[in-house]
Amino acid sequence: MIYARFDLAYLSFALHVDMQLPARGITVLFGPSGSGKTTLLRCIAGLERTASGLLRVHDEVWQDGAKFMPVHRRRLGYVFQEASLFPHLSVRRNLEYGLQRIPAAERKVQLEQVVEWLGLSKLIDRKDPDGLSGGERQRIAIGRALLTSPRLLLMDEPVSALDAASKQEILPYLERLHSELDIPVIYVSHALDEVVRLADHLVLLEQGRVIASGALNDTLSRLDLPTAHLDDAGTVIAAKVGMHDEDYHLTRLDFPGGSLWVSKVEREDGSMVRARVLARDVSIAMTAPKDSSISNILTARIVGMQDEGPDKVNVRMTLGDEHVLLARITRRSRDQLGLAEGMDVFAQVKSVVLTA
Amino acid sequence: MESAFTTADLSAIWLTIKLSTVVTVILLLVGTPIAWWLARTRCWWKGPVGAVVALPIVLPPTVIGFYLLVAMGPGGPLGQLTQSLGLGLLPFSFAGLVVASVFYSLPFVVQPLQNAFESIPERALETAATLRASALDTFFSVALPLAKPGLLTATVLGFAHTVGEFGVVLMIGGNIPDQTRVVSVQIYDHVEAMEYAQAHWLSAAMVVFSFVALLLLYTFNPSGKRK
Repeated sequence: MIYARFDLAYLSFALHVDMQLPARGITVLFGPSGSGKTTLLRCIAGLERTASGLLRVHDEVWQDGAKFMPVHRRRLGYVFQEASLFPHLSVRRNLEYGLQRIPAAERKVQLEQVVEWLGLSKLIDRKDPDGLSGGERQRIAIGRALLTSPRLLLMDEPVSALDAASKQEILPYLERLHSELDIPVIYVSHALDEVVRLADHLVLLEQGRVIASGALNDTLSRLDLPTAHLDDAGTVIAAKVGMHDEDYHLTRLDFPGGSLWVSKVEREDGSMVRARVLARDVSIAMTAPKDSSISNILTARIVGMQDEGPDKVNVRMTLGDEHVLLARITRRSRDQLGLAEGMDVFAQVKSVVLTA
Repeated sequence: MESAFTTADLSAIWLTIKLSTVVTVILLLVGTPIAWWLARTRCWWKGPVGAVVALPIVLPPTVIGFYLLVAMGPGGPLGQLTQSLGLGLLPFSFAGLVVASVFYSLPFVVQPLQNAFESIPERALETAATLRASALDTFFSVALPLAKPGLLTATVLGFAHTVGEFGVVLMIGGNIPDQTRVVSVQIYDHVEAMEYAQAHWLSAAMVVFSFVALLLLYTFNPSGKRK
């Protein structure tokens, strides 16, 4: 468990945070720019010093009243927005910089492992890090941070400075990190597509305050939060690759509460994927449509509704016990169908985006 | 003209090299922490300290020489300190020349270093801290290597400026062969004695030395190159 309480006031900005985060998986700090996500991350790292604060990571106290553990004593890894490689060191020396500074007994992550995980074998013998692409540099920076065998990995928008191609190059590595390394990660982002791809736990920040903190879907499906108003509001369904329909080139994803047909996924049967369903891609029917081109029809129960603008309404539905779905429909449809909380309906899912 | 340099000339050249080397080493040791502090501090002392360090750039050498002479004399604070330590008095000795030269050349070492340290991004130092490097470790493993161009400039300028000083040497060191008679003073002596040929040889040597030193600096210093 990570417990953090910080109070910080600058002339134009204040941060007041009191939160508990799970000590495993990826926690994403999400919010618009200026909401204090980066400042909060810097406070956790000790790069920003608050007069009053309390920070406990696992069983260690990093900050408490007058006690302030200096940054270099905190067993953390930090990945900045720009790779910040040391220009005077070769790629290998960059990777080894932190590794050499931790006691041998603490070295849980080996250089060979990191090189393999992050695909660095072609880069490690390069002399000048300045000549590498943004994506390559950031991979090295991530590897360098991992090699300190951190007990907590902090990432400040690690892909936001990269072009789309480099971003797509990095994200699979981060997902892999997620599944293969047991290091809790706190990840700052303002991009919803990164959130749905990576987050297990989501913390929403606004003007220096935490407005929500909870499991990814619990938070994403809350109708009272700003995330519900986003154009690409929606939820994420963790599903298992079930069966393939080779004729039509489709794959069925199974989850407790239903299944979804998607374009064929080149993944092994039984592997887990994240399916993102946007609220605007979900429509509602009172009877099971038999003559629709939409093949994904799920039985759902309405558990909440909230108006969205003058003409729309967001509908929150449960699929079985575990999963939730958002639908954004018109107010007129709601009234014509007479939708109300507690009703069992059919949710038609027009499209599904696989994020991982 | 049988030989280019007289024995006295050679002795002056050797003394100049010795003085400049000792002074440069001391300046790098003293100037680096001052430059680091000036580059990083937000304390209000930064302005006054920076101004004091820069004073030798604008003051006539005679003024600096005069006050150093007073300070190092029997009644001055430095003089009393050296006497109480059993070192005697500094004026008109090699040691006195070293102390005076350190003051006189200080800005030529501190300012390039300060500029170099100031141009190091804060992010590089923060990164080192997140990779478990202490402040001192960060200084030696990140700051100093990144400040290498500034370090080179400081070394060359500190050395060359000490070689080229005259006024302060005359005020503090006088003109004692093998003790304080450096090349610039030796040239002055030659000219006073109407030995223009000898003055030429030494002067030309100084011009060549200074040119080569600056040429090396501008050619090999990466800071002068566009990235």
